[in-house]
Amino acid sequence: MAGKPKLHYTRGRGKMESIRWLLAAAGVEFEEEFIETKDDLEKLRNDGSLLFQQVPMVEIDGMKMVQTRAILSYIAAKYNLYGKDLKERAWIDMYVEGTTDLMGMIMYLPFQPADTKEKNLALIIERATTRYFPVYEKALKDHGHDYLVGNKLSWADVHLLEAILMAEECKPDILSAFPLLQAFKGRTSNIPTIKKFLQPGSQRKPQADEKFIATVRQIFNI
Amino acid sequence: MSGKPKLHYFNGRGRMESIRWLLAAAGVEFEECFLETKDDLIKLQKDGSLLFQQVPMVEIDGMKMVQSRAISNYIATKYNLYGKDLKERALIDMYVEAVIDLNELLMTHTFQPADKKEQHFATIVDKATNRYFPVYEKVLKDHGQDFLVGNQFSRADVQLLETLLMAEECKPDILAKFPHLQSFKARISNIPSIKKFLQPGSQRKPPLQEKDVPKLMKIFH
Repeated sequence: MAGKPKLHYTRGRGKMESIRWLLAAAGVEFEEEFIETKDDLEKLRNDGSLLFQQVPMVEIDGMKMVQTRAILSYIAAKYNLYGKDLKERAWIDMYVEGTTDLMGMIMYLPFQPADTKEKNLALIIERATTRYFPVYEKALKDHGHDYLVGNKLSWADVHLLEAILMAEECKPDILSAFPLLQAFKGRTSNIPTIKKFLQPGSQRKPQADEKFIATVRQIFNI
Repeated sequence: MSGKPKLHYFNGRGRMESIRWLLAAAGVEFEECFLETKDDLIKLQKDGSLLFQQVPMVEIDGMKMVQSRAISNYIATKYNLYGKDLKERALIDMYVEAVIDLNELLMTHTFQPADKKEQHFATIVDKATNRYFPVYEKVLKDHGQDFLVGNQFSRADVQLLETLLMAEECKPDILAKFPHLQSFKARISNIPSIKKFLQPGSQRKPPLQEKDVPKLMKIFH
């Protein structure tokens, strides 16, 4: 039995992707067990592995952790990616909640009714460029540091990079008005652990295609 | 200028209520500034007070904090309601996140279109009694202690109580099959700071009425 964390989820991004990013950024090797069918999910539920009958679930340090934010907070704190004191944590939490909201919109896009897709995509781009990115651009501008909080890599930076890359998949030039975010993206992508995660063959998952969306709908009844 | 936290939101529960509960449970006095019209919200947005243009916003310790989870995390840590170590915090987080999920269901009930209400109600009752309450009932039964985590009062207890009471507003006998949750409810309600918050005249907000929904829509849409 390895001491590595073990992730239980579908073979796609969803709510587990931010957890993969954070573990990877922290240089933590992890294993994955993929839910391919409804039966796989039922099996996990029936053997009592899922506290609230839901995934993500991560086996880590003797616990079967559920609830995405609980898992992320634990990993961030354990691997010193959560700031040095309460105030830094407050800022990291605020920033992460913002990127969570933005990525949530992008994540749910394929599950929206087909006739609302165009409108929702436009809303994502609007929110990204007028509500969220300006905040992070300003934060970097105001303190002039390489990282969002406390002049040190934190969960907030990893999450922001993930959000930037997802937003660029929606609109490739979405960072055009944000020079500091562009530099941030370049810089953070070059951190060795993150650079490794961005290479082909890593455990980073690709965007969902139609076929995968259909599978997810079937597994989760949505 | 007082040193008290100042809450900016509309005069109702929404996403601010859990924060009110937590401050009250911690015995922290707070002030409130209510948004009554869209202009009130626009004013806050224009003067740069809202990091992501949204409320809740809480002025606390020199910060204008936004994002309800960030605010709750800060208050819980500051007032020692977040467990004694990383593992206790992990448990508290898991319990709290699930309670938040159930709260969302309860909160959105008033906004359901008339033809969806009955179905939504059935979903609430199903999830509460089959997915969420059994977990907390079992936790309390297994360790036999008064509080959910670490034999010590924490935000998990506060937020569970809040949700139990909201669920009972939806269906008064919803705790019928959960004896440990019933005694938990009584016990936690009797903690002096919480008992005070549960009394008429406190800053606890009543459930949203259908008639208040249009006013709310005007502010936020």
